[in-house]
Parts: sequence; C-alpha cells; structure tokens
Amino acid sequence: MANPRRRILLLKCAIWLTGLGPIVWLAVGFFRGTLGVLPVDTIILVEGRWTLVFLLATLAVTPIRRLTGWNRIIQLRRLLGLFAFFHACVHFLAYAGIDQLFAIGYIIEDVLDRRYITAGFAALLLLIPLAVTSTKGWIRRLGKRWVKLHRLVYVAASLGVLHFYWKVRADTFWPLVAALTLAGLFAVRLAYRRRRLGGRATSSR
Amino acid sequence: MIIRTRKSSDIPSSEITPESVYINRRKFLGASAGLGAAAFLSRDAAASPISTRQDDEPNTWEEITTHNNFYEFGLDKKDPSRNAHRLVTKPWTVKVDGLCKNPGDYQLEDFIKPSTIEDRIYRFRCVEAWSMVIPWRGFPLADVVNRAEPDPSARYVAFETLWDPEQMTERRWKPRIGWPYREGLRLDEAVHPLSLLVNGLYGKELPNQNGAPLRVIVPWKYGFKSIKSIVRMTFTEEEPPTTWATQSPGEYGFYSNVNPDVSHPRWSQATEKRIDGSKFFGHRRIDTLFLNGYADEVAHLYEGMDLQKYF
Repeated sequence: MANPRRRILLLKCAIWLTGLGPIVWLAVGFFRGTLGVLPVDTIILVEGRWTLVFLLATLAVTPIRRLTGWNRIIQLRRLLGLFAFFHACVHFLAYAGIDQLFAIGYIIEDVLDRRYITAGFAALLLLIPLAVTSTKGWIRRLGKRWVKLHRLVYVAASLGVLHFYWKVRADTFWPLVAALTLAGLFAVRLAYRRRRLGGRATSSR
Repeated sequence: MIIRTRKSSDIPSSEITPESVYINRRKFLGASAGLGAAAFLSRDAAASPISTRQDDEPNTWEEITTHNNFYEFGLDKKDPSRNAHRLVTKPWTVKVDGLCKNPGDYQLEDFIKPSTIEDRIYRFRCVEAWSMVIPWRGFPLADVVNRAEPDPSARYVAFETLWDPEQMTERRWKPRIGWPYREGLRLDEAVHPLSLLVNGLYGKELPNQNGAPLRVIVPWKYGFKSIKSIVRMTFTEEEPPTTWATQSPGEYGFYSNVNPDVSHPRWSQATEKRIDGSKFFGHRRIDTLFLNGYADEVAHLYEGMDLQKYF
C-alpha cells in the first residue's frame, strides 16, 4: 500500500470527487432535464442528504481515529467539514433562491414558524463560525478555545438530523438511520472520554 | 361561460405530439352550464415572461404522469411512473356498501356505462404546494352516488384504494401508514357538480400512476383527497377516518379544502409552485386561490363553518 502521506492525498482526492460529485450530477441532470418535473425539489433534497452525509463523516473522523489508532485521518476532517458546509449552503440557497425567490418575508415566516426549518436554519448558522475558523491562522489564534468552539458541530449535526426527521411526511427510515449513526458516533466519543477521564483519575491517586 | 380553445401556435414545439393533436381538435368543456367559467382561472391571461404557456394552460402528458404521489408504488415522485405498471386494472370491481339501497359489487364497466363521459380541465393543487392544470376525462361522482340511493341517514361517503402488496411495491419498513389508503367526502361535497369520477386523461385511458382505472377528483381540495384506484365506496352516518388525517391529525384535516389562509404546520399554503415548463426550473410561484379558485361554486358548502378549525 502507498505510504501514509500518499494515502491521505488519495483520500483527499476521493473526498473532493465525492464532494463535488453531487453538484456535477445535478448540473448534468439539470441540462439534460432528468431532475424531474420540479428540479428545485430534487436539488434541495439531494443537497440536504449530502450535507448530512458530510456532517456525519466529519463526526466519524475522531471515533475512527480512536478505534483504529490511525492518527493521520485527522488531516481529512477539515475538508469533510467544509464540504458539509458547502452543501448546506447550496441546500439553503436552492430553497431561499429558487424555491422562495428570495421572498424574505416568507423565508422569515418559515424560519420562525416551521420547526423543521427553524432547526435546519439554526444548524446552518452554527456551521458558519466553524467554517470561518477552520483555517490554520484561526486555529492558532483561538488555541484551546478553538476546540471548544468546534464542539458546536455536535449541536449542528443534531439539529440537522432533527430537521430531516421533522421534514419527512411518512417514511422515517432514513432520518432514523441518520439519528442512529449520530448516536453511535456520540457513544464512541463518550466511551473514550470516560475511559480517558477514568484513567486520569486513577493515575492521579 | 368560457369555452377554451387553443391555437396550434400556442403549443410549444417541445410538447410531444399526442396531446398536442388532442388539444388542437378538442374544445375544452367546463363543467355543466354555469360552472364553466369556474373551471378556469380568472387571472390575467398574459403569459409569464419565462413561460411559453398561458395561465392555466394544461400541463403536458409527461408532467402529469411523471410527478405523482402514490405511496403504494414508492415515495419518490418518479416512483409511481416507474412501478405502477404492475397494477392490474382489468378486471376491476368496485364494492358499494354501507347505508344505501343498492349495495353490491359492480364491474367497472357497469359503473361507468350509464354516465356521460366528459372532458374537464381542472386546476390540481397538491398539499405540498405544487400545482398543475389537468384535462381529466370522467363523469360526475353524483351519478354513482344517486344510483346507489343512499339512505336518508347517510351523510358521508368513504372511499378505499386497492391494497395488494403483490402488485404494489412499497413494502419497506414503514410504521406510520396503515393501508389501504382511505378518503372520504361529505355527501353534499360528493354530489357537487364539480366532483368527478375520472377514468381518463387527455382523452386517453387514465395511466396507472394517476389512479387507474377509476379515481375521484375534487378540484377545490388538496390532491390527496382525490383518492386513486378505488375499490370501495361506503355510505356512512359518521365522518369516516381518512388516511392522512389519521396519520397526522395536526397537519391534515378531513376537509382539506385549498385555503391560502390556513397554513400547513410545516409550510405556508399562501403560494404554490405552478409546474408550467417555465425556463430554467419548470415552475413559477403564484398565489394560491381560496378553494383553488372554485369558491363561487363551492363556498356555500362551508357557510358558517370555521375553516381554521375544520381545515
């Protein structure tokens, strides 16, 4: 197998392809007219799904690192997180622009009155500071506070899954799959956190 | 009364031939005299700058038959057009029962034969806030109700869609919908001249995904009230349970009249996406009309009712 650095590079290429893939697929479908009778609905749906996929993938990095001891995987996290933010933006812009034609009044009404949109919009807002502070400069500047700030991703992902669950009319299968995945990732984190804290307590005695 | 005709120059060249041919030679009839004007919008007839279609010009065959909600055949809008070919519509029996003089199992042909088939263009407004304009072929629901001779105590008519997991594809784990799909109308709604039993589209046989061989069309209500592929009609004294109102009572009521002032809890009903083949995204956002624009004909049915409560 390739050397570790090359492996990360290959994986990054794969993430770029996966990250841009849905956009290319939507663009091709748009021009070929295969996105259905209401292309905007397809765009919103597809982009929403990929936002969640990338959010869950971002949150999976640390658990995978803990479970496998493969530390370099952490180098993939920022890219995954930024793609989650990217798809969240496309998702929102398709809703606000194509679906609602930037009718601010209706959008505000939606955000305030419809709980699934409230949840989704809150998740998007929470992702903004995380995307902004994802650069090396900000990581350095914020130091320990950076870690704390970026814990907001747990809230954002939970709200994102809730947004999905509240949106569907009948088939809760995929929202529940997303929720269980998220719960599983949290469980791994908690287990390791507990073990680490437990270990510290023993050693300090 | 408006009788709608279309010049061949109105038809975009992109439209496929069959329904264009149909449109060229057919005069669109409204409902019976006096109702015709109501069947169409009174909105200004100017075409939108991004659409080649006039307001309330019928959707294409393609649009009408590839964007369907028929959950028994899948949840995606395209699924019914892919899967509904499995539905066997011949022979087809409709059971009539409940509070009526002439209950029984009727062959579809016997059901349809005594009635005069007509073509009507209706607006179709989905509860999901998209809409189309559809040239149905069918006959008044009142014909069938009257032939059944409901008892004086009957106040409602309930409908049931076929449920046959062998023919229907949606069998995945899905705890929240109890099949068969059920709908219902108040008797005075059912016998209203605008209410149709539909067995055709664009003068042709109704495609399975649109509810073949026989469906209800109640144009002033959200689309899910217009139940598809009917196998049973039951006359009842009490308001019958209906699928969506049972599943999610806070979101879907028994009446489900199109009403821009009563929002669905999860989205506004004030406007709708009219699927009209507009450039770029194929739709344009328009205001939703009270009772889908049929208020002059049907508003009296709801006189004195609080439509915020009976939504």
